[in-house]
Amino acid sequence: MTNLIILPIVIPLLTGVILIFLSKSIPAQRIVAALSSIAMMAVSFIIVQKVRNDGVQSLNISSWEAPFGITLVSDMLAAMLVLTTSIIAFLCLVYSFKSIGEEREKYYYYPVFNFLLVGVNGAFTTGDIFNMFVFFEVMLMSSYVLLSLGGTKIQLRESIKYLLVNIISSALFVIAVAYLYSVVGTLNMAHISSRISEISSGGMPGILTVIGVLFFIVFGLKGAIFPLYFWMPGSYYAPPAPVLALFGALLTKVGVYAITRTFTLFFYQDSGFLSQLLAGLALFSVVAGVIGAIAYWDLKKIIIYNIIVAVGVILYGVSLMNESALMGAVSYLIHDMIIKAALFLLVGIMIAITGTSNLKKISGLIAKYPGLGWTFFIAALALAGIPPLSGFIGKLLIVQGGVEGKSYLGAGLVLMSSLLVLFSVMKIFINGFWGQPRTFEGEEKAPVKWLLIFPAALVALSALYGIGTETVLPYISQAADTLMNPDIYINAVLKE
Amino acid sequence: MKVNNIILETSIKVLLFIITLFSVYIFTAGHYYPGGGFIGGLMTAGAIVLLLITYDIKTVSAILPVNYRILTAIGLLLAAGTSVGAMLFNVPFLTHVFTDIELPLLGEISLHTATIFDLGVYFVVVGVTMTIIQTIGEDE
Repeated sequence: MTNLIILPIVIPLLTGVILIFLSKSIPAQRIVAALSSIAMMAVSFIIVQKVRNDGVQSLNISSWEAPFGITLVSDMLAAMLVLTTSIIAFLCLVYSFKSIGEEREKYYYYPVFNFLLVGVNGAFTTGDIFNMFVFFEVMLMSSYVLLSLGGTKIQLRESIKYLLVNIISSALFVIAVAYLYSVVGTLNMAHISSRISEISSGGMPGILTVIGVLFFIVFGLKGAIFPLYFWMPGSYYAPPAPVLALFGALLTKVGVYAITRTFTLFFYQDSGFLSQLLAGLALFSVVAGVIGAIAYWDLKKIIIYNIIVAVGVILYGVSLMNESALMGAVSYLIHDMIIKAALFLLVGIMIAITGTSNLKKISGLIAKYPGLGWTFFIAALALAGIPPLSGFIGKLLIVQGGVEGKSYLGAGLVLMSSLLVLFSVMKIFINGFWGQPRTFEGEEKAPVKWLLIFPAALVALSALYGIGTETVLPYISQAADTLMNPDIYINAVLKE
Repeated sequence: MKVNNIILETSIKVLLFIITLFSVYIFTAGHYYPGGGFIGGLMTAGAIVLLLITYDIKTVSAILPVNYRILTAIGLLLAAGTSVGAMLFNVPFLTHVFTDIELPLLGEISLHTATIFDLGVYFVVVGVTMTIIQTIGEDE
């Protein structure tokens, strides 16, 4: 079927529209949203298989040939990210049934949830730089609504910060695209890439390096890289657990994906300045992230700073630009989306039980909630990268890539960061779950058993991803292959 | 004290039709001349805003009993529907078709599915603008 790769964008779009009509009836909204989410998972799974068998898929929207129309491109990286997105979206969606509250559900929670997915899937799949901007905006506007929906004081305050930062970075995105357009005269990503290699046969001209840095600043603001992550700890602190899980798992990763895409497709001829900048700032983010993660005694803050660590690790892998590091980056990116969603959902349950996110006020949870405790334990080990679980292979490949690229300091920092990441989540486990059992007000009302299913499913998925590395690795290596050889991408789009 | 706005109310009755007609003209002319769904929708919303200025929110919603949020959703459905419609014929998403037909009185007319897409844009713009203005207006 010609239109296969657009389905992950169209399904949530139509669902979102239909859900606006159904806004009066909460059960109907839940059923429609869940069904469409399942359909999206099935479709994205088929796309991954299709890309595996037939190579990079591209679709010229409205039948205009590339580079004149908008082209959607689904290479292995995009397809896998779309699949991961749909799985996480489904679990977060069903998790919100019992945790988000009727008040939000009545006010267009589910439609906006679906529009967020339109933006995320669109940003992963698009092959046009301006279209990527549009999908970024779709995603960001939905995230503004999800962040402020409910209207508590902290949400309103943090929404203003989030809004300001993202409006500025979006304006910078438009400026960056305008500069790039005035230099290369095209917006199709594959065409931009081939134009750039035409004009930079003897080394990349200075203006392109400047545009590269500008793109880096733009996507760095979205993806929370040192020193552009300042907005994240506050803004992500505000929304309720399922929304937070969605943000933590998807939004920053779209920024990371965009950096990966532009730097491997556009700016790969650069003499080294951009990759050094990327590597340096990625390592700084790792350091800044672990400092934050070990400094706080707050459940949400610890996990939020772990996002910054993960973004740093992935981008360090991207900056090395060799086969094993890129494979590691792809593998770690998918692992991190899954495990961050799981951790935020688990932390959400802990907060639902205890009514606080202050770690010093929580102890002895394992006595009453052993299932929650051990799920958290496994998730923590997976986050740090203990061998049978999913974080291991990604980090191993990144460190291997670092050693191959003679970047010993970076590889060492990544390894050291694992230790501190493990320390930060074990701090939650030891202080929160061990110790003297306490009773908390209103803990009977928390539907722990129902809520626990979803993070447990994610942790199980992460364990399977780690154990079944042999099965997954060909897919990852195909994704890394496209990143290493932009020609594959360009030929799939321009069909020369 | 009740102010008698007789001049405003009378002139609005005339102006409203002219503005609405002009917005419809701009909407339909979009393919060949400057205009289209966005500016047409804004102008229609402008006409309704003029009504709101002359009368109050309750009177206007009695004159035009429209739920603007649903109108927005209908607009989105029209736009998405024409795009998805292309998928039924196994051509890429958003592919449009057109045909020329001969009509009595109007002569040769080109019918294009992009117009339906534009109608969707038109509804969304009217819906969103009116939702924003009404919500702020009703806010105490």
